[in-house]
Amino acid sequence: MPANDPHTHDHGSELSEMQLRVKALETILTEKGYVEPAALDQIIENVETRIGPHIGARVVARAWVDPEFKRRLLTDATEAVNSVAEFDPVGAHLIAVENTPQTHNVVVCTLCSCYPWPVLGLPPVWYKSAPYRSRTVIDPKGVLADFGVSLPPGTDIRIWDSTAETRFLVVPIRPDGTEGWSEEALAALVTRDSMVGTGLPKSPEENKAGAAR
Amino acid sequence: MSIDQAIAAVPGIPRGPEGPLFREPWEAQAFALAVALHERGLFGWSEWTAVLGDEIKRAQAKGDPDTGETYYQHWLAALERIVAEKGVTDAAALGRYRDAWDRAADRTRHGEPIVLQREDFAR
Repeated sequence: MPANDPHTHDHGSELSEMQLRVKALETILTEKGYVEPAALDQIIENVETRIGPHIGARVVARAWVDPEFKRRLLTDATEAVNSVAEFDPVGAHLIAVENTPQTHNVVVCTLCSCYPWPVLGLPPVWYKSAPYRSRTVIDPKGVLADFGVSLPPGTDIRIWDSTAETRFLVVPIRPDGTEGWSEEALAALVTRDSMVGTGLPKSPEENKAGAAR
Repeated sequence: MSIDQAIAAVPGIPRGPEGPLFREPWEAQAFALAVALHERGLFGWSEWTAVLGDEIKRAQAKGDPDTGETYYQHWLAALERIVAEKGVTDAAALGRYRDAWDRAADRTRHGEPIVLQREDFAR
């Protein structure tokens, strides 16, 4: 490893192998006019601040308080999300699947890591890992147990395998004790994992405890 | 704006509620490159998915644990492959630029921005 070479370390800078390769690719693409550095910065900034689970959380919270929006979301999630002007348009076909006391939905991408980026941001590391991708289909109960999710006995677990064209968003069950809550307050209960199906929304008590910490 | 300034201007690593979405800035950069090329119409996401899935399979066959931590290495390999397949560039050019960046880093004092210059390319 060059990084361990004291000679280069003394006066030079070090770029890792991956950094070198990314820089090489970006330099060539820029020189050939395929990409613009400012546009790349904009993309990264968007990823950081504009898209993320907070978007999905607001979609879910709106569905909880607005039955008409919920109906549209479950009918055509792409249309419903895109109708809300403050969100970035969803490119791929988005399907919302609703959890009920009888059915719990879990989203996976067995092939690679297709994920509803516009509403959930970038996928967490575990979503992309081979164990999650393969085990979720074979042993969904075991996977949910690993995430600390236990469902009432007899709950049917449905697995949704994402593709490049079709992404899924889980609409979890609205927690008890939230009657009369505002959309904004409800959104704070909606975790990323609850929208993938590997978690449940926070209860009002859990949320309070988290905020006090 | 020079290329290097743009790279230096890349904001901090995005974080989700449970840690970084990217573990290192180059991962975000590689991600952004794919998004930009897709926006330009070089490939569609289904085509991208197929190439990426294939790179992941290849790596697994070579013993990659594929726990998610090496994910962006596969992502970058997929990018390098798809731009070559599309005739945008080739492995030789990528290697030449990689080596030039290595030389540029080597002659740049630690802490100063690394700028690629003509002299960094081997004659």
